[in-house]
Order: sequence, then C-alpha cells, then structure tokens
Amino acid sequence: MATSETQVVAEIGNEYRYGFHDPENYVFKSKRGLTPEVVAEISDHKDEPDWMRKFRLKSLEYFRARPLPQWGGNLNEIDFENIFYYLKPTEKQATSWEDLPPDIKQTWDRLGIPEAERKFLAGVGAQYESEVVYHKLQADLEAKGVLFLDMDSGLREHEELVRSYFGTIIPQNDNKFAALNSAVWSGGSFIYVPPGVSVDMPLQAYFRINAENMGQFERTLIIVDEGAYVHYVEGCTAPIYTTDSLHSAVVEIVVKPGGRCRYTTIQNWSQNVYNLVTKRAVAYENATMEWVDGNLGSKLTMKYPAIWLMGEGAHGEVLSIAFAGDGQHQDAGGKAVHVAPNTSSVITSKSISKNGGRASYRGLLEVAKGATGSRSKVVCDALILDEESRTDTYPYIRIDENDVDVGHEATVSKIGEEQLFYLMSRGLSEAEAAALIVSGFVEPITKELPLEYAVEMNRLIQLQMEGSVG
Amino acid sequence: MSLLEITNLHVSTEDGTEIVRGLDLAVDTNEVHAIMGPNGSGKSTLAYALMGHPAYEITEGDVLLDGESVLELEADERAQRGLFLAFQYPHAVPGVTVASFLRSAVNAMRKARNGGEEDPIKIPEFRKQLDAAMKELEVPKEIAGRYLNDGFSGGEKKRVEILQMALLHPRIAVLDETDSGLDIDALRVVAAGVRNLVGPETGALVITHYQRILNYVKPDFVHVFVDGRIVQEGGPELAEQLEAEGYQAFGVTKEEAA
Repeated sequence: MATSETQVVAEIGNEYRYGFHDPENYVFKSKRGLTPEVVAEISDHKDEPDWMRKFRLKSLEYFRARPLPQWGGNLNEIDFENIFYYLKPTEKQATSWEDLPPDIKQTWDRLGIPEAERKFLAGVGAQYESEVVYHKLQADLEAKGVLFLDMDSGLREHEELVRSYFGTIIPQNDNKFAALNSAVWSGGSFIYVPPGVSVDMPLQAYFRINAENMGQFERTLIIVDEGAYVHYVEGCTAPIYTTDSLHSAVVEIVVKPGGRCRYTTIQNWSQNVYNLVTKRAVAYENATMEWVDGNLGSKLTMKYPAIWLMGEGAHGEVLSIAFAGDGQHQDAGGKAVHVAPNTSSVITSKSISKNGGRASYRGLLEVAKGATGSRSKVVCDALILDEESRTDTYPYIRIDENDVDVGHEATVSKIGEEQLFYLMSRGLSEAEAAALIVSGFVEPITKELPLEYAVEMNRLIQLQMEGSVG
Repeated sequence: MSLLEITNLHVSTEDGTEIVRGLDLAVDTNEVHAIMGPNGSGKSTLAYALMGHPAYEITEGDVLLDGESVLELEADERAQRGLFLAFQYPHAVPGVTVASFLRSAVNAMRKARNGGEEDPIKIPEFRKQLDAAMKELEVPKEIAGRYLNDGFSGGEKKRVEILQMALLHPRIAVLDETDSGLDIDALRVVAAGVRNLVGPETGALVITHYQRILNYVKPDFVHVFVDGRIVQEGGPELAEQLEAEGYQAFGVTKEEAA
C-alpha cells in the first residue's frame, strides 16, 4: 500500500490503478444467466444443508417476483441474463499467500494486501470472484474465541449460530437485490466476537472482481457479543471492461448490549460495476454501531447503511463519503431507526461531484412511538466542482414520538476562485489546491479512518482531482 | 536593476474599469517600501494583480522579478519564484490544519526549487522550523492543529499570514493591510516578522491605509498612492506628514480619505 507522500504525489495523474485483470484459469464457471438450476448448482458446489438450498431457491422466486426499482439510479440497463453468477477460482482456500496460484497472488501483491496484513491488520479475508481464496486470523484472537471465517466455512463449521441469525436482519425478500444475493450468495465474512473481547486491530476483507460480466454476491454476518468490539474494513476493486459487472452484497450485523462495531468500506470499483448493496445493523442496549462508508468507484452505487436502535441507550453513526466523477452516479446515504428510548444517531454525509458526475444523498430517519428522549442529527454537505455535475438530497424523516430532538442540515458549496487563488499564492498548483480543499471537505470522515486508510483515501481523492479543475 | 520592478502598470477589473493607472515602483533587497493610500485608491487591486489574481487584467506595463516578467505566470508559479502576498482577508480552508497546509506549501516550494522533482521536507525538520517560527511570532501552539483560518479572529489570521511568510522564505513580500484590526502586540509581531525577513536576499512592500504600522515596520521609502497612481514619494518622514495632515493634503476629498 502506497503510504508515503512521495508516492502519493508521484502517482497523481495516473488513471484507475486497479484496472488490470488476470487470465481465467478457474475451477468452475457457471453458465451465463440466472435459473433455478444455476442456484442449485451453487448450493451443490458448496455441499450445503438442505435449509440453505431451499432458502436460495425461495429467494430466487422473490427476486423474480419483485419489479426492478425505478427510484435511485437507472437499473434498466442491467442485463441479468448476461451475468456469470458463480465463479470458483481455486479448489481450496489458502492460509498462506504462497499457496495461491501465481496470477492471483500477484494481484493481491499489486493491491498491497499481504503488506497491509503484516503491518496493521489482525486478520484478512481475500475474495476473488465468488470465493474467499485466502483467509487468516491472528492466533491470539483465535485463542480468545474470535471467529473470522469466510461465510461458507462459517456455515459449515458453525451452522447453528449462522442459522439463528442469517437472514434475520435483512429478510430474503427485503428488496430485489437482497433477494438476488440470498439466492446466489457466495463468500463474504462471518465474524463472531465473544463477550468482552476487544479486537484492537482491524479485520479486513478485500473483494476483487476479475472476470468480465461477473456478478459478485458476498454475504457477511457479524455478531458482536456483549461488551465486545471489532472494526471490520472492506475494500473493493475490479478491472475495467466495456461491459458491466454486478456487485450485490448483503451485510447483517448484530451488536449486543454494550458492544461496539465499526464497519468501514472503501469502495473503489471500476466504472463498469453496478454496486447495489444492502447493509443493516441492529444495536441493543448501550451498544454502538458505526458505518464509515466511502464510495469512490462504480458506475452506479445504491447503498444506505442502516442502523436499528433496538435497546435503550444505543448509539448509531453513519459517515458517508461519495465521490461522483464522469459517468458515475453515487446514490448513497444512511438510515437510522429509533425503536427504543434514549437512543441517539448521527448521519454525516459528504459528497463531491465533478466532470458531470451525480451524487445523491438519500437517507431515512425514523423515530418510532415510544422511543422517547431520542436524539438524531443529520448533516449532508455537497461540494460541486463544475457546472456539469449534479447533487441531490432526499432526506426522508418519519417521527412518531413528540419527546425527541431531531436536527437536519444540508449545504451545497463550490470551490471558490478566491480560495483556489489563496492556496495557489502559496505555491500549490491548481490541482494540488483543489485536492487540498476536497481533502479538507471530507476530513470529518477521513479522520475517523485508521491512518493507513486515511492516506489511501486522500491519495484516491488526489487521483480523482487530477485534471478536474479549470 | 532592482529585485522587483514595476513599470507603467495599468490594471483593470473584469468589467473594464481601470483601477491602477500607471504605476512605477522598484523594490530592492534590504528595502522596506510602504504604499499608503486611502480606501478605494486601488491598493488591494495592486496587491492582487502583482500576485496574479485572475479577476484583474494587466492592460499595460510590466512586473519584473529578477529582471524577468511574471505577467504570463500563474499565482503558483509567481509564488515559486519568490513572490508572497499576505492577504487582507485570508480565506478559510475547513478540514485542513495550519500545520498540514504549511507542509504542503513548503513541499510545493521545495519541488519547484528542485526542478519539479519531489523533495519533501522531513517531518521532524518541518516540525522544528514550524515550532521555532511560531515561537518567534508568538503564535499560540494550538493554532497549528486548527483548520486554516476557520473561525480565526482577525488577529489570528494576520499572525498566520506572517507565519506562512516566515516559513516560505519569499524574496518579495507584499503585505496588504496586514495592520487592519490588529492590536499593538500583534502589530509588533507583524513588524518583527517583516524585519526578520528583509535582508540581502529579500525586500518588502507594505500596503496600508494608516501610518500606525509604520511606527513598527520602519520603511525606507514611502509612496502615497491616490486614485491608482503614486502622487508623492519620500522617506519615512512622509508617513508622519500624512499622519499629521491627512490624505486631503494630497488632493483627496474627505469622503475618499475616510
């Protein structure tokens, strides 16, 4: 991972760095398109229990029955029959990078994952196409009873635990894309943190699409038991293709009383990926759930991480950054649902649109009857870099309780000529000055990231900003 | 030839109004020049035009730094050649701390001086320079960690302008009404900053409405600037005369002089 400032600046002006792809030497590749046979085949490959097979097939029915959403972004061009729903790259999962096929290992090296693991991660899962090809957790955490597995292994090795939560936070018929994921899911992470255990360094999952017209449908379930803590980080990239790929994940999180979970995403898909993800967490008494959601890549992202505040004193935060450039639509935001009394939530959204990109904030704040003494604050700030770009705000608010304290603020700003001139008068080029202004704009969110990710985020912003002003 | 030479400079705004109407001025190393003028005389326009603000057009004349015209250069290139402007109204950059901004600026200068190759300053070395300059200029330590000019008082902004000047080592420093709204302590600090800077490599141009700052920054030359032109020049005694007699003595009406 490039962390020094020298590298950061040296790389300014490069195009999307992750657009390369490997040859396909796969163990199995399903036929194009989606049928009950393809779904059954996935289940067969995984040798799943019967309940999961039925769950998948039922989900496929839900997917087919639901109309395509006509709100948010334009989904009408997705050709569901042209997508590969399951691609198995290797026969078995590795716990050493050396054991991976050379092409795949080289890809992870280029993405800097092994190096990051050595430096600052407690555990890593690396998903390539449909399967997690590498997985490892530090031995001391394993000894404390922390589970960090790919979802398929989680199902095999901890079936009862998985079964009692799987699909309970996000039902299989929650929305069209959750139904799709429930039918064809593969990979993703399964995490369990026992009571009182604090995982001090982040666990990271890295998702890579390699093949053209690939559909990646990882499924993640995180259970943070009482008084426990975990920080989970995911990153995503893909090659550049002229035709579209689809990424549609489901992430379910349970934070038990007094627990805390932070989930950080740095999404940098190439601009031919539809990124349609459902993420939802429930937080019980005095628990804290935090979503840090950075969306820089993709063609269209529709993603609104949600927190259901189920227990008294629970706290939820969503920090969302969206960066929409040429040909991109980021429809992102967050949801907070206050069910219990004295709960609190903060949703902070920062979006940047440039070169004709479109960034939309879409969020929901709901306070149910009986959630007395609840507090919520929603702040959406948009920065527009040129006349061709667009920003919209869709804040939905439903309050069924009088005794609450709710605030909503929204601002739209532009980079001013005077501000640029001021910085340029100190020797910074126009692009450097604009990048500095943008990095300051998103600072309330990058300061919440571990240092390495903050550097990565700022570097990505600098790359995005090169040549975008003037 | 002086370090900075301004010859027959005419500056217009975007709507074509001429603000600076034929200015000649030379500032050399070891020299502090003061330009004194009433409100609306074009002082700030002159400062912006020297720095290359895109809203002002130079319609005639030239500005030479080290004998080379800077008119075709963007503001960043002028800064890299050694021109510095302390702004009357510095802009806020929320989310960017004073320290990280200063490091970016120092590195941009170092890159320019290294033929366009990166030559970033080592962080401990930068810290040392920053701490020393802040101490010298009596800038409270906590300022380094605050967002640039965001919620700063007038005095804090001006001190941070002088701090930037100290760290960037310009060859010609232009101070645009840096004294406005400053108390005596802050004036003393600004003056110390200018005095420390000016030497065998460096000169300064202090633009002001009031004579007060000139008690602290002793100018070698004073130019009275009215209606886009220099109407009188002299030594430090001219500033005192101006203080005693007001701008009316130089053909300015009472309203204009306010």
